[in-house]
Amino acid sequence: MTEQMTGAQALVRALEHVGVDTVFGIPGGAILPAYDPLYDSAKVRHVLVRHEQGAGHAAQGYAQATGRVGVCMATSGPGATNLVTPIADAYMDSVPIVAITGQVASAAIGTDAFQEADISGITMPITKHNFLVINPDDIPRTIAEAFHIAATGRPGPVLVDIAKDALQAMTTFQWPPVMQLPGYRPVTRPHSKQIREAAKLIADAKRPVLYVGGGVHKARAAAELLEFAELTAIPVVTTLMARGTFPDSHRQHLGMPGMHGSVPAVGALQRSDLIIGLGVRFDDRVTGQLSTFAPHAKIVHADIDPAEISKNRHADVPIVGDCKEVISDLIAAVRNEDRKGDYSEWWTQLDAYRATYPLGYDEFEDGSLAPQYVMERLSAIVGPDAIYTAGVGQHQMWAAQFIGYENPGTFINSGGAGTMGFALPAAMGAKMGSPDTTVWAIDGDGCFQMTNQELATCTIEGVPIKVAIINNGNLGMVRQWQTLFYNQRYSNTNLQTVRRIPDFVKLAEAYGCVGLRCERPEDVDATIKKAMEINDVPVVVDFVVHQDAMVWPMVAAGTSNDEIKFARDMAPAWDSED
Amino acid sequence: MSRHTLSVLVENKPGVLARVASLFSRRGFNIDSLAVGPTEHEDISRMTIVVNVEELPLEQVTKQLNKLVNVLKIVELDPAQAVQRELTLIKVRADAENRSSVLELVNLFRARCVDVASDAVTIEVTGTPDKLQAFIKLLEPFGIKELVQSGMVAIGRGARSITDRSLRALDRTA
Repeated sequence: MTEQMTGAQALVRALEHVGVDTVFGIPGGAILPAYDPLYDSAKVRHVLVRHEQGAGHAAQGYAQATGRVGVCMATSGPGATNLVTPIADAYMDSVPIVAITGQVASAAIGTDAFQEADISGITMPITKHNFLVINPDDIPRTIAEAFHIAATGRPGPVLVDIAKDALQAMTTFQWPPVMQLPGYRPVTRPHSKQIREAAKLIADAKRPVLYVGGGVHKARAAAELLEFAELTAIPVVTTLMARGTFPDSHRQHLGMPGMHGSVPAVGALQRSDLIIGLGVRFDDRVTGQLSTFAPHAKIVHADIDPAEISKNRHADVPIVGDCKEVISDLIAAVRNEDRKGDYSEWWTQLDAYRATYPLGYDEFEDGSLAPQYVMERLSAIVGPDAIYTAGVGQHQMWAAQFIGYENPGTFINSGGAGTMGFALPAAMGAKMGSPDTTVWAIDGDGCFQMTNQELATCTIEGVPIKVAIINNGNLGMVRQWQTLFYNQRYSNTNLQTVRRIPDFVKLAEAYGCVGLRCERPEDVDATIKKAMEINDVPVVVDFVVHQDAMVWPMVAAGTSNDEIKFARDMAPAWDSED
Repeated sequence: MSRHTLSVLVENKPGVLARVASLFSRRGFNIDSLAVGPTEHEDISRMTIVVNVEELPLEQVTKQLNKLVNVLKIVELDPAQAVQRELTLIKVRADAENRSSVLELVNLFRARCVDVASDAVTIEVTGTPDKLQAFIKLLEPFGIKELVQSGMVAIGRGARSITDRSLRALDRTA
């Protein structure tokens, strides 16, 4: 099929052909030619956001809720640089998005023209790949390549920067184009020798742990994981990026590992003799001080990205491959192995950890609200079929700890980058990708104030998300560190939102949302239920919580996981059980 | 720390050098020497990168390089199994009195005199980094006015070519 059209029309046509139905963006000078044919597209819905950062996070939320590539669009210069944060976020969390930016006309590139920024140069270290297109003939092929790269292998963000004159010039549209990516060959099939080696170690192990990361859900391998875990009876920990990939209610689930992980999860890894890492990257928030992480464990490390393997911790058995294929092959290999591992002693030890150190928190004597209680009630009333999003900080950790996740992909948050302001636009994108699902953005009062203008987008575009602001009047996680490590010198962490500046209820109403406020434990259930009953407009609930609530357990940054505290100055008595 | 020579085959496209160079600097590697140029195939450029680094971080940077979409292939060349060459142009002070001494050194090192002026000669010399260093040291007493050196290029010994398979990959997409 060939047809004469402008580069801009070719762009929109290509987006239609790769199956794009939603684009989040804001027009401006350099990208304007693209917005004209976009206006006519019956297949692509453009959502006009209020800030490009919102467009990028919405694309991330959309991608994670649907498993498809999310798309955001912006103009040159500041429009493009406003996408830098979500692009970096998507890079850290391996979220497939394509960012399309307008660039000044090719003759003006490099002249410091109005609204010129070298966005392909700027995003080089934070994209999986990027393109600068100056020839209109290259547009369809580049779009096809961008979507292919974003979605395959280890997913990630791809930026396509298109010069304005390339959008305006005439070209011949051809579909499908022939992709030219000779250097791009992601490996998905694991090596059978390594799989057999892993099965042997599993049979030999006495204290194995399945360390499950975001790569398992990205490979859509939750079912295989469940089968593998039940087949082997190995305990499972799910990282921040993998919450829900293995059901929280499952008896083999020990919780989240890492800096704010559960004592059983952290303790299991530390005492393990075999860690089977699936789609993980041995991130510093999980390992704590690397030299003392799981000192007795052999490591089986499976990931689709060869560069992750042995990057932080040496892998005794490296497996490069897609987690769905890896786990399927592991299942077969374990079944073929005559010997079976016996982990009964290990389970006795782990059950003791669970009994002794369950997740907990302190209530406040003055009757004010504990944020953890809000999470517990949200979990109980809203349930595991909803999608929850979170930004970064205390609210994120409480959401990870106290909400029970049963389904993969139901907790969408900013893990690697730790981006404030992620939750609300991500919730918007998730809701648009999965309109029949209840979507709750769990946000901090600090985070919320970074991107709350997207409430306007939600109201106008008919995206009835629900927002739970965990309002402690502070940059809570930073304040927690000041409490613990800076002698309670609260330098620049008090946002004073308890003074109602802004008044989040009024702010919600100003954006056409319903605003609710809850300040007492006894009102929590009724408030959540009321929010659940409103489905025509977005709802914002201002949960005013006590500012002294802290996230526990905690492994202080840079220390060993063995130094975990389950409450302030309270360390588990490991030795009595060992 | 030890010196490693990487031959990196890349697509001949704009911006590829920047991608490779920025990856090295981001991961904290100092590039000792870098040479980029065309190959026998017009769509492929070849970079020869010399880095001074431990084995383990080198493996990590090689893996990261391999992830660059425009990188086709990376081969670490074993110095014992490869021919390594640098090119140096040296402008040396040399008048009628000592010119013949300079030219004698030029002959001994199989270098070439490429320009002569009344009080200077310009010498072209190729070889391994060791040979060039020895040559420069001997020229120093005469007075080196200017010196420019290329990055090292290297090629494996024997009949095998590292571009073969990459060429096939290119053909498949062409």
